Amino acid sequence: MLGDFRSHKYTGNFLLRIEGVSMRLFIERNPVWSFIIFCLIAFLVWMIFAIWPEWLIDAIGRKKIFLNALFNGVTLGALYFLVASGFTLIFGLMRNVNLAHGSLYLLGGYIGFQVAEWSGYWLLAFPVTFVVVGALGILLQVFVFRKMEGEDLRQTLVTIGISIVMADLMLWGWGGDFYNINPPSWLNGPMDTFFVTGVKRSTGDLIYMKYPIVRLVILAAAIVIGVAMWLILNRTQIGMLIRAGVDDRDMLSATGARIQLVFIGVFAFGAGLAGVAGVVGGTFQTVAPGEDIRFLLASLVVVIVGGMGSISGAALGALLVGLAEQFGSVYFPTYAVVLTFLIMVVVLAFRPQGIMGRA
Amino acid sequence: MRKLLLTTVSLTALLAAGPVQAADKIKVGVLATLEGTYTVLGEDGVRGLKTALAVMGTKHGGKDIELIIQSTDASPDSAVRGARKLVEQDKVDLVIGPLSGSEGIAIRDYSKTQPQTTFINGISGALETTYVTPSENFFRFNTDGSQWSAGLGNYVYNEKGYKSVATIGEDYSFIYTQVFGFVTEFCAAGGEVTDRLWVPLGTKDFGSIIASLPDDVDAIYLGLGGGDAVNFLNQYQQAGGDAKLIGGSIMVDGTVLNSKGDAKNALIGTPSSGPQADTWDDPKWQAYVKAYQDAFPPDQRFPSPSLLGTGYYNATTAAMTCLNTIEGDLSDGHAKFRQCLSTLELDAPNGKITLDSNRQAIGTNFVTEVVELDDGTLTNKLVSIQENVNQTLGMDKAAFDAIGLPSRDVPACKASY
Repeated sequence: MLGDFRSHKYTGNFLLRIEGVSMRLFIERNPVWSFIIFCLIAFLVWMIFAIWPEWLIDAIGRKKIFLNALFNGVTLGALYFLVASGFTLIFGLMRNVNLAHGSLYLLGGYIGFQVAEWSGYWLLAFPVTFVVVGALGILLQVFVFRKMEGEDLRQTLVTIGISIVMADLMLWGWGGDFYNINPPSWLNGPMDTFFVTGVKRSTGDLIYMKYPIVRLVILAAAIVIGVAMWLILNRTQIGMLIRAGVDDRDMLSATGARIQLVFIGVFAFGAGLAGVAGVVGGTFQTVAPGEDIRFLLASLVVVIVGGMGSISGAALGALLVGLAEQFGSVYFPTYAVVLTFLIMVVVLAFRPQGIMGRA
Repeated sequence: MRKLLLTTVSLTALLAAGPVQAADKIKVGVLATLEGTYTVLGEDGVRGLKTALAVMGTKHGGKDIELIIQSTDASPDSAVRGARKLVEQDKVDLVIGPLSGSEGIAIRDYSKTQPQTTFINGISGALETTYVTPSENFFRFNTDGSQWSAGLGNYVYNEKGYKSVATIGEDYSFIYTQVFGFVTEFCAAGGEVTDRLWVPLGTKDFGSIIASLPDDVDAIYLGLGGGDAVNFLNQYQQAGGDAKLIGGSIMVDGTVLNSKGDAKNALIGTPSSGPQADTWDDPKWQAYVKAYQDAFPPDQRFPSPSLLGTGYYNATTAAMTCLNTIEGDLSDGHAKFRQCLSTLELDAPNGKITLDSNRQAIGTNFVTEVVELDDGTLTNKLVSIQENVNQTLGMDKAAFDAIGLPSRDVPACKASY
C-alpha cells in the first residue's frame, strides 16, 4: 500500500500530513545524519541561551552581533515570505510566472504610505492595501492571464512589460523620493528581550538584548499569516480545491469545480499579500523605485530554493535567504551578496526541484 | 487604413530624423542615475543642469543645445552602456555626467577611447577618476570626496571633542575617498578610528550591521547615501541607537533631508562637510538657490538644491561658458573648447573653481551642521569655510602618494602623513 503511494505523484501531500511518521522513518533510516542534525540544533540552542565563554567570543565576535544577525535574518525572512508566498501560490496553481509581482509589492508600499499619511492609522494601511492591490490582481488575472492561459513565454514577456510600465507610472506618481511609513509610537524603538548577550564586567549584572519592537511584530504577523495559509490550504474546502487545482487542473475543472473563480481568488490573495508586504517593507525599510526588482529577485530566489508552488518551501527558502543575507553582512561583508546566490546554486545542483519541491 | 496611417507616421518620423544632424545644433548627452538607490540624487542632478540652461539660455555660440538624457543605476557598466549609446549612437558632442564615484572611473577609461568627444563630469567624486591615469578629454569641475571632507576631521576633534570614531560606509570608490579625507585629517588631529565597516551599495537591511557597531566610541561616521542612508537611519532609530553621528557629504544632503517619514530626524545636530552649505549668505549662492526655485514648481524640487544639483549646474555652466567663448566652433576636434575649459576660472555659486593639470577642480569646501528650520524641514547650516582645497589636501604630492589610494583600509590612522 505504502509503496503504491510512494510511486504516485500525491506523495508530497500525503507525507505532509503524516509528518510525525516520516520523521521517525527518517531517524530510523539515517541514524548518523539524525545525530549530527540533533547536535547542531542543540549547539544552536546553547548559543542562543548561554552566556558565551571567552574562546567563542574570540572566535566569532560578541554574542550581541550573533543574536541580532539571527533575529534579523528571521524577520527579514518573514518579509520575504510574505512576498514570495503569494508568488509561489500563483505559480503553483496557475503555472504562470508573474514577473510583475515585485511591482505589486512596490505599489502596496506607496498605497500604504498614502493611507497611513491621510488617516494617521498605520494599521488601516494593511486592509486598504490588501483590497486595492488584490483588486488590481483580479484585473490582471481577468484581462491578461486568462487571455493567454498556458502560454508561458507570452505571459512572461507580458508581465515583464507590465512591471516596466508600472515602475514608470509609479515613478511618475510618487517620484524617486524615499518613503518611510511611520509605525505608531507604541511600535517605535527597541524593547528588552529575555536573551542574555553578556555580563557587565564591573557589576556582574546580566545584559539583556534590546530588539526593535516593530520587527518582532512583523515576525509575529508573518507567522500568523503563514499558519493561517497552511490551515486554509490543508483544512478547508477552498484549500482542498486549490490543492486539487495545483495537482491536476484539468481533472478538477472536469469535476465541475469553477476553476476560473478559484484562479481569480488565488491571484487576488497573492497580489494582496504582496501589497501588504509592501507596507511591512516600507515600515522597516524604505519604499523607493528599484525595490520592485529587488523583491521580485528575492521572491524568485526564495521559490527556487524552497520549491515552486510550495508554501512550506517558501517559508523555508525565505528563512534561508534572510539568514544568509544577515549573517553574510556581519561575518563576511565582502561576499554577502554572493551568499544568497550560492545557496541557490547549491540547491539547483543537488535538488533542482527545490528543497520542498516535488519532482 | 490603420496600416497606411502607421506607415505614413513612421516615414515622417524617418524624414524628420534626418536633418537633425545639421550643424546648427550642439548635442549634449547627460548621464544621471535615474534608477536604483540613487534615483532621487540623479533627478536633482538633472534639475541642476536644467537650472543652468534656464539661467544661461539654450542657445550658445550661435547654436541650439539639444539635450539627450540617459539613465544609469550607479554601476560602472550601466554608465559605460549609457555613454556608448550617447556617443556612438546619438553622436553627441559632449557628455555631462556621470553622478556616482565608480561610474566616474569607468567613464574616464571610456573617454580615452572616444577622443572626439568631450566629457565633463557631473558630480562623481572618486579620487582615482582624475588622479590616476587622467584622461585628456575628461574634465571635472567638482572637488572629489576627500576634498569634501576637508575641515570635518579637525572640527569634530577640536570643537565636538570626539576622540574615537567608527566608520560605516558603502563599499565603493566614492565612499573610500570620503573616508580617506576624513581619516587623514581626524587622525592627524589626534583622533582614533577604531573600526571601519563596509556594506554593499543598495543595502536595505542594516539590522545586523547596527548591532555590530562598537558602543565604546564617541561618534559614528556615516558614509551612506540615498535610500541606504534613509534605511539606516530608520532602522537605527528602531534599534534604539543613540550614538553621536558624523555625516558624509551625501548622508546629510538634501536628498536624504527631504525624504518622507521621521527617519531623517536622527540627523539633527549632525556635523558634516561638503561642497556647499544650504544657509550660506553669499549673494551668488542665494541667487543660484533662487534660480533653482524659480525653475521648478515647489512640489517638483527640493527646498534648495542638493550638492548633486549644484555639481551638474557647475558642469553645465562651464560647458556653456566655453561654448560661448569659442562661438560654438567645435570643428577643430574640440581643441579650442578644451583649452577654454582647462583655463576657465568658474565663478560658481559655491565658490571659485579652477582646474589643476589633471583637469580636476580646486575649490571651496564647507563644514556644516544639520538644523531643523521653523517649518520642520531640515537643512545644512554653515559652520566654516575652507578655501582653495586641492586634490592632495594641501600635502605635497610625494607625501600624498605615500598614503596610498583610498580603499577599505587605506589610509591607516596615523598622527602624521
